[in-house]
Formats: sequence, structure tokens, C-alpha cells
Amino acid sequence: MKIPGLVLSLALAISSLTAPAEAAPRTDIVLGMGIEPAGLDPTIAAPVAIGQVTWQNVFEGLVTIDRDGKIRPQLAESWEISPDGLTYTFKLRQNVAFHDGSAFDSGVAKAALDRARGAQSVNPQKRFFEAVASIDTPDPQTLVLHLSRPAGSLLYWLGWPSSVIVHPKTADSNKTEPVGTGPFVFDRWVKGDRVELKRNPNYWDKSANIALDKAVFRFIADPQAQSAALVSGDVDAFPEFGAPELMSSFESDDRLTTAIGNTELKVVAGMNNAQKPFTDKRVREALMRALDRTTIIDGAWSALGTPIGSHYTPNDRAYVDLTNVYPYDPEKAKSLLKEAGYGDGLSFTIKVPQMSYATRTAEIMQTMFAEVGVTLAIEPTEFPAKWVQDVFKNRDYDMTIVAHAEPMDIDIYARDPYYFNYRNTAFDVVMTKVEATADPAEQDKLYVEAQKILAEDVPALFLFVMPKLGVWDRKLQGLWVNEPIPSNVLSEVHWQE
Amino acid sequence: MIGLVLRRLAGLVLTLVAVSALIFAVMNILPGDAAAIMLGTSASEDTLAALRSELGLDRPVVWRYLAWIAGALHGDFGRSYTYGVPVSELIGERLSLTLPLAGIALVLSVLVSVPLGVAAAARRRGIIDGLATLFAQMSVAMPAFWVAILLIILFSVQGGWLPAGGFPGWQVGFWPALKALILPSVALALPQAGVLTRVTRGAVLDVMHEDFARTARAKGISRRVTLWRHVLPNAAGPIVTVLGLQFTFLVAGAVLIENVFSLPGLGRLAYQALAQRDIVVMQAVVLLLSGLVIVVNFLVDLLQMRLDPRLRATPA
Repeated sequence: MKIPGLVLSLALAISSLTAPAEAAPRTDIVLGMGIEPAGLDPTIAAPVAIGQVTWQNVFEGLVTIDRDGKIRPQLAESWEISPDGLTYTFKLRQNVAFHDGSAFDSGVAKAALDRARGAQSVNPQKRFFEAVASIDTPDPQTLVLHLSRPAGSLLYWLGWPSSVIVHPKTADSNKTEPVGTGPFVFDRWVKGDRVELKRNPNYWDKSANIALDKAVFRFIADPQAQSAALVSGDVDAFPEFGAPELMSSFESDDRLTTAIGNTELKVVAGMNNAQKPFTDKRVREALMRALDRTTIIDGAWSALGTPIGSHYTPNDRAYVDLTNVYPYDPEKAKSLLKEAGYGDGLSFTIKVPQMSYATRTAEIMQTMFAEVGVTLAIEPTEFPAKWVQDVFKNRDYDMTIVAHAEPMDIDIYARDPYYFNYRNTAFDVVMTKVEATADPAEQDKLYVEAQKILAEDVPALFLFVMPKLGVWDRKLQGLWVNEPIPSNVLSEVHWQE
Repeated sequence: MIGLVLRRLAGLVLTLVAVSALIFAVMNILPGDAAAIMLGTSASEDTLAALRSELGLDRPVVWRYLAWIAGALHGDFGRSYTYGVPVSELIGERLSLTLPLAGIALVLSVLVSVPLGVAAAARRRGIIDGLATLFAQMSVAMPAFWVAILLIILFSVQGGWLPAGGFPGWQVGFWPALKALILPSVALALPQAGVLTRVTRGAVLDVMHEDFARTARAKGISRRVTLWRHVLPNAAGPIVTVLGLQFTFLVAGAVLIENVFSLPGLGRLAYQALAQRDIVVMQAVVLLLSGLVIVVNFLVDLLQMRLDPRLRATPA
């Protein structure tokens, strides 16, 4: 009697030890990315991969941008904008500490913003802070930005990866050892292979309910290797899988699920608007009408992607579908070209980066242009180095094609200099008005107007938005399906049993 | 002997200086600006200027080259623009993968091809010879990256025995790190083994028909002993030469395999540095590889001399 009792209690003890371990969901994740970040400080370099590892995981901003693209409080719990739009007063959160124990207060916030806007700044978005004239810190919990002119997008820009708050003490070493205030602490970086983060036990936001203890970002460039890593279970999720043509191969895998959303990557064939024949709006319209966006998406990106009629994505606020402004109409294109004096044909060169979306799209465009009498010569152009030099900086090109990654960057058509060489006073006025008001409803109206101006004037051929090709383990919840800002926010990611 | 070493050393230094100057010149002629690549398309001109001055890119080319040489003499090879860490650290990390990978691949290739080549030569036109020829031709004909994908499908996706790619680093332990190198080293070794099998077979066949081999047999030494003791050492010359070439190829030319297995090796570092116009990294990698080629060739020569007494005779 005694022995079986012992055995029984032993068995119970063992089962009580092992049972919870079996039932508990996993608390780690291996997440795949196609591009390794160049450094881990989003405030000193532009590549989106930096933010995709660190933004919201390691680093946080005064405000943040949520999965719907909305601005939310973060290190600032509230703010007030003066009626003239020239004074922004932020009430900062208390009891926030950096991963090294340093406290967050208005002095730190001021130092971070001053670093981003100062003379020595190498912040890729230094322009965000152009309107900021001075910063005051009346007390540790209050930060006041005084502007020289209204900046309607300032609050949104403060949510960007390039605007995160870093501590002056660790600012210089963040490139290799990032120290922020976020829910995850940097652990190690095996360069060329992975970055490992672990949970921040002292995270200020106790309501956040962070489910992961450990997160590994693996960098796998080759789509075949990405697929193998997913199918073998080496990687749990690829939020931005590299090859659309392989997406259907995951359908037969019971363990994986796919989620196709929108990125902010606008694939646009830019034209040199200062140069003939692109100075003629009829030519630009004809070229737009010569292209069937649906066929392009089918051929170049396996029918995944959303056609666009302006430099704007369905993720963005106040989006309007303008693909019907100049729908596919080769006959009309021919007559427009004839009207413009190119009835006997027209030929020019497109400088194409080596990325597959660009080369494939250019080849399809070549065929479609041929049907309306336009001869397109394709010139491969190494991206980024040579493209940045030739097209972007020297503006030595006829046409090019590239995916614009920055969210809400419709204002590039008002920038001077910019590689489109586009001048349109009416458009410039709308962009100035957007910054002159802080009223979201008013801004939305202006963004609609801006989209329409571009759709009608076609300074560039607006093609499609790259899809966000998400592939991940079925049991994984909380990853973003759309990407209003390039990111891999882990705070809501958890495993479901 | 010492004279030879000194001559080679002088050659090494001269080559490295020439190569470094060449790389510096080429990287400066290439279009592209490291600062513009890092700061993207929204950066203002003053920001670009600030970064260029931070990276020292605003200085004249010759000044930068001389400063780099001065640093290199102190063992300071500069800092990677993109990674922000010292180049020596970066390359050290990559070598901790690339050298073991190349080493394992080379050992695998020798273990397969030398016995196979000898056996094939021993029974010319026999079954083993036929199989060896088939193996050699197939392994050379199949692209290594394709074999790599096949291996991944078999052993990682289907079997789940080995990781499909990546390298966790040696700090996680010997076995997990080694596991990550098994499939890539097999994929790398296969074409090399094919070539080496052919070379071994040919060299052994050549030597087998020489008088001393026949004499050995006539003296009553067994076929096996003749083959391994007398024929193989005499056939080793061409095998060692090919091995030397293969080792430098394995270190520098594994970029395709590194890509398929997403391994952070030296080849991918070089590729990435070129794309990002990370001149200092490029410079150091190319120098290292040139140095390696020279050193390996030298070692091969030394080994040849050890193997063949005739090469040791100093001309009067």
C-alpha cells in the first residue's frame, strides 16, 4: 500500500512539473527579414531595416504610430498645440527608464531632438525638425517646442523611427548597442546573421502585457532560403517575404498561414519632367494610358499588389482610388502622342535598378509602350550606389523605376531639388497648406486634393503598391498585416495554444 | 631556403601595396557615395556633408589612402561605414565561419576524392573507375547552389535534422555551430571532390606506369603497398597544387553557397561592402584574400619541396 502511494505521488509530482510546461505557449520568436540593417540606430541612417528591428521594440518616441497609421501617445502621455500652431507642449510620462537604468525626462527628450536637428546632425529626416526654433524644458515632465512656422505633420513625424528618443549618454554607441526605453532590450548582434532581443523586465508600460521573452531577427536575403527557413521551422515568421511567386507554395503547409497586406512601397516610374518629351503633359498622359496596371502586377508580382493612380497608398489617411483618371487605353494614348507630335514614334531610356520588381515591371512596360509606338530601351542601373548618383543626384535620366519606401511622402513632388524635376505651383500651395494647419480634417481634404493633382498631371507613372507578403506560423498572433510605417512591432505578438 | 622565404615575403608586401592602391583607386572611380547610400533620399545637403566629414570622406583621396596605410601599419584597418564596428573585428567574425567552412569542405573533398581516385586508377576501366568518373562528372556538372537547395530540401525541410541556413556563432557552443556548417560544406566540397578525383586518378595513372613502380611490383611488393607507399607520394604534386587553388577558391568564392545558406561569410561581406560602397571593408577583404592567395601558394610550394626532393636541389 505504501509503495504504490509513493509511486502515485511521485507520478503526480512529475506530471505537475511537466504539465504546465507543455501547456504554456511559447515565449520566443524567430522573425525573418530580407535585408540586414546597416547599424541599429534609426536616428543616424535611412535604411528601413533599422527601424524594422528597433522601432517600438528597443526605441520609442514621444508619440507612436499604430497598425492603422494613427498617432498615439507614447513617452509623451498628452500634448497641447497652441491655436496658432506654433507651440507644442508635451506632458511627459514619469517613471520611464532606459535599458541602462538612466531616467527619461524633458532634458533627455530635448537633447535627443536637438541632436536630430543640430548642425552636426546626420539624421536622415533632419528636415522634420526644420520648423522647430527652440525647445524649452520648464520642468522634468514638460517639453515645449517653439516653432518658427506651423508644421502640420510634426506630430506624425515625431512618431517615426528617425525621431525616437535616445539618451545622450548612449547616443554614440546606439549604432552597435542600441539602448532605448522599449519593451525589448538589445542582447547581441551576430553581424550578417541575426540580432537578438530579450524582454525588458522593467518596461514602464505595465498594461502592455508583453508575451515574448526573446526575439531573434534573422537576415536571409535569398527567397529560396527564406522559404526553406520557414518550411523547416527555423524561422517562425517572415512579415515581408521576398518572392511573390513562392507565396502559393505555403498554402499546402498546415503549419503556416499567409497574410497579404499593403506596404508603403509605391512603385513609380519617374520621368525627368524638365526634359523633352516629358515636359509635355500629353506625352505623360499617353504613357500612363499605355500601361495596364493589372497586367503589370500580374506579370511582375504574381498578381499581388494594389494598383495606384497617385503617389499614395490605401494605408494612408484620406486615400482615394484614382486609377480611373487615366485608365488603360492604348488608342487614346496613340492619339495623344500624335497630337503632341510623336505620331511617328518616340524612344527613350529607362534606368532600372536590379531588384526583381523593377526589372520585371520595366520589361512589361517595354512591351506595352511598343504597342503605342514608343520604344523603351532598358538600362540596368546598380541600386543604390549608381542609381543614387546618376538618377537621384545628377538627374541624368529619361525615365526610371523605383519603389518609394517612405510613408506619406507625397510632398516629394513639391521638393526642389528632387529627381523628378517637377514644378507645379498649384501642388506646392496644397503642400504648404498641409503644413500650415494642424487640423486633421482640413489636412485630409488637402491630401485628397494633392492626390488628384498628381493623378491628373502624372509627373510620374503611378503603378502599384507592393504587397506586404506575410508568412508565419498559424499559432502566432499579433503581427501587423498592413504596414503604414515600415516596422516589426513585437509588443502585441504572442503564441496561441 | 631563407632566401626563398625572404623573396616571397618581399613579393607579398609589394603585391599588397599594389592591390591596396588599386582597390582604393577603383572604389573612388566607381559611382556612388557612401554617405548618400546611408542617409537615403530625404537627407538634406548639410546632413550629407556632416556625415561625409564624420566618415572622413571629405578629405582628398590620396590623404585618405595614406591615412589608411598608416593605420593599417598599426593594425587599425578603420571602421566599417555601414556596421560602425572596427573592420578587423568584422573580418575576424567572418573568418571564424569562412575558415572552418573552407577547411571542412577541403577535408571532406580530400577524404572522398583521394581514395576514390586511387581506387579508380588501380583498376582502370573497372567498376570503381566507372563510378568514380560518373561521380566526378556529375559533381562538376551540377551547380553547387542547386545542390545546396537540394540538400536543404532533403535534410532540413523534409528531414528536419539540420538547420536550413544561418550561423548562430561559435559562442552558442561547438555542436550547434558545427551543425550549421555541415550542409554548406558538403555543397562546397562536392564539385571540388569531383575535380580532385579526376586529378588524383590521372596523376596516379601517370606514375603507375613509370619504371620504379614496375620495379617495386617486380620485387614482390604487393599492389596495395606499391600504390599507397610508392605511387601516391610521387603523384602528390599535382594533387597538392590543385588543393592549394581550391582552398583559396573556397575562402573567396563561396558567396553563392553563403547566399543560399544565408551564412555570414567573407564572400557575402565583400559583396555587401561593394554594394554599400563601404571602401574600408572592401579594402581589407581584398587585401586579406590577396595575402591569403600568396601565402597558400607559398605553402604549396614548400609542401611540394618536402614531397619532391628534386625541387630542393639549389642550383649551383
